[in-house]
Amino acid sequence: MSMLEIKDLHAKIHNHEVLKGVDLAINAGEVHSIMGPNGSGKSTLAQVLARRETYEVTRGQVLLNGKDLLAMKPEEAACEGLFMAFQYPVEIPGISNAYFLRAAVNAIRKYRGEEELDAMDFLPLLKEKMRLLEMDERFLNRPVNEGFSGGEKKRNEIVQMAVLEPRMAILDETDSGLDIDALRIVAKGVNAMRSADRAILVVTHYQRLLHYIVPDYVHVLVDGRIVKSGGPELALELEEKGYGWAEPASAAAH
Amino acid sequence: MATAATERLRNYLEAFHTHGANEAGRPAWLRGLCERGFARFCEVGFPTTRQEDWRFTNVNAIAQTPFQLARDARLSGAIYGDTLEACRIPGAACQLVFVNGRFAPELSDLSGLPPGVRVGSLAQAIAQDGGLEAHLGRYVNIERDSFCALNTAFIDDGAYVYLPRRTVLEAPICFLFISIPGDDPEMTNPRTLIVAEDATEASIVEDYVSLGSGVFFSNAVTELVAGEDAVISHYLIEREDRQAFNVSTLRTQQARSANVSSHSVLLGGGLVRNNVHPVLGGEGGECLINGLFIGNGSQHMDNYMLVEHASPHCSSRQFYNGILDGHSHGVFHGRIIVHKDAQKTDAKQTNRNLLLSDDAQIDTKPQLEIYADDVKCTHGATIGQVDEHALFYMRSRGIEEASARGLLLLAFANECLERMKCRPVRDYLQDLVQGWLPGTSTPAGADAVRAGEAARRWEEVG
Repeated sequence: MSMLEIKDLHAKIHNHEVLKGVDLAINAGEVHSIMGPNGSGKSTLAQVLARRETYEVTRGQVLLNGKDLLAMKPEEAACEGLFMAFQYPVEIPGISNAYFLRAAVNAIRKYRGEEELDAMDFLPLLKEKMRLLEMDERFLNRPVNEGFSGGEKKRNEIVQMAVLEPRMAILDETDSGLDIDALRIVAKGVNAMRSADRAILVVTHYQRLLHYIVPDYVHVLVDGRIVKSGGPELALELEEKGYGWAEPASAAAH
Repeated sequence: MATAATERLRNYLEAFHTHGANEAGRPAWLRGLCERGFARFCEVGFPTTRQEDWRFTNVNAIAQTPFQLARDARLSGAIYGDTLEACRIPGAACQLVFVNGRFAPELSDLSGLPPGVRVGSLAQAIAQDGGLEAHLGRYVNIERDSFCALNTAFIDDGAYVYLPRRTVLEAPICFLFISIPGDDPEMTNPRTLIVAEDATEASIVEDYVSLGSGVFFSNAVTELVAGEDAVISHYLIEREDRQAFNVSTLRTQQARSANVSSHSVLLGGGLVRNNVHPVLGGEGGECLINGLFIGNGSQHMDNYMLVEHASPHCSSRQFYNGILDGHSHGVFHGRIIVHKDAQKTDAKQTNRNLLLSDDAQIDTKPQLEIYADDVKCTHGATIGQVDEHALFYMRSRGIEEASARGLLLLAFANECLERMKCRPVRDYLQDLVQGWLPGTSTPAGADAVRAGEAARRWEEVG
């Protein structure tokens, strides 16, 4: 059974169809990447999987570990092991990073019938993950993402991922806007999370990140459909030849 | 019309005569003060929405109700057990309890006060102390405000604080005003006088609660005199029953370099009006007016400020956060008057509001009157909803929608609570507010949830 199975997924926003039949299966232990030009539907796919309600699914099915993901609320999907690192992490003034993450961890533990962690148990865990992402401890007590630089926000997303230990992680353009140092740190954090019982989906516009997080499979999304799939070499080919090269099928349809 | 108005005031006339009968032993200056208050009240009656200061608050419900002076309801301590315990602020220097406006020594605890500090019942202080005449009624303007006139007419009991020069009190002085509604509508006119001499430091809490449900009217007036370099914080907590009317006025008089903060947290009451009127009467004075109001149902909460800059080099800050749900109606009316000689005034006011329902309403109005030419005055107001992006972000991390919403509201409320410097009071209020907000039942570490705003998509209105 796949960790994530997407079948013929169609979705629209404001009556504009963005996803036009996406099929994809990701197994535990695998890292997949979805690449595509701007407006191809990459972020829409990530948002639909994270259960953002502004997108309307009109057709298709998504199974998370065999369960109907599209019937879940965002918090249920999270509790079932789904995590999305946001392209634009949201600032939450007034709530500290440490408090927010402990509330998240405990919500998930409660859902799974596990005992909740108190601050004494939780803090060492969080500090360890922050060290991995080279984040200063002063970020513990700062409000979530407020006043963080772009790179700090993205690193904070990966800290969250490391703490929440999802089974299915989706990175939505986590590389955009990062300098090379930040990119390396983020990649290190993600690579540390690769494991046989976890799947990772890296959504990106550029192959740059894929130098550091080498995927098992690369898919090219153009105009709401996956038009090409292959190994990591596909990313390099795309870099060289551009997205136009990957979309003969789509061009023919027009 | 005139007859109806007279008819409506009849019960006050009767009450005044009953009240007057008791005051044979009271000093002449006080009788004169009460008479002037009553005369002024009879002359003008209750305000109407045609008056600018009352534009957003209709007090007809108060005017139409035949209130009687509250009966003496000091019962045996056992009945209050739970209420008293819940209303005790851990770490307080003392707690004075007033039941239906009267001091209840058997319920009060004055054991933690240092020598030299006087805290007690105003009625007793009047009977014992000639010095009150210099302050009582000297600051409140009964011409401007008929509720103050009404309170003055019925001065009877309340709290009295005297802090000798250089007294520094870290633990808060707490006053608990318990209203016990009866079968008929009753009113109290608690009157508090706080005299803080030069270089004193203290925090004072006035807490209004109900025991039972019913129509009740608390019309409170507090005069606070802060000497040179005094640092005084005043806290008002309103959490009476939803049928209660509460009009309270805090009038502060600040000497040179005095620093006074007024913090108010309005949670309960049906119709609530909180007036804060500081006069910065000496150079270099500072005042902070910080308020949080959380309304639901058909509650009406009016925050009215009149900040008078009467001396140069003074600064004032007003910060009010409102969270309104149901059909509740909030008002922020921040008036700042900068007198001719008050050069280098630095005045700022900010009012932020979250409206949680389509029927909730806020009126926010800055009013600046500047007669000096070298001043800095700014104001701003925002109205918004809970930020949907933040909500989704939190849910995507596994936090249920109701809890996420509650956390965002708590963060917004904490913006005000964090400005409270007196730790025991702040901790107490953080717990209290958390229990009051919807969806915030999970305990939040006071340190973890920090000050901030919950909504980003603000609509600028000021």
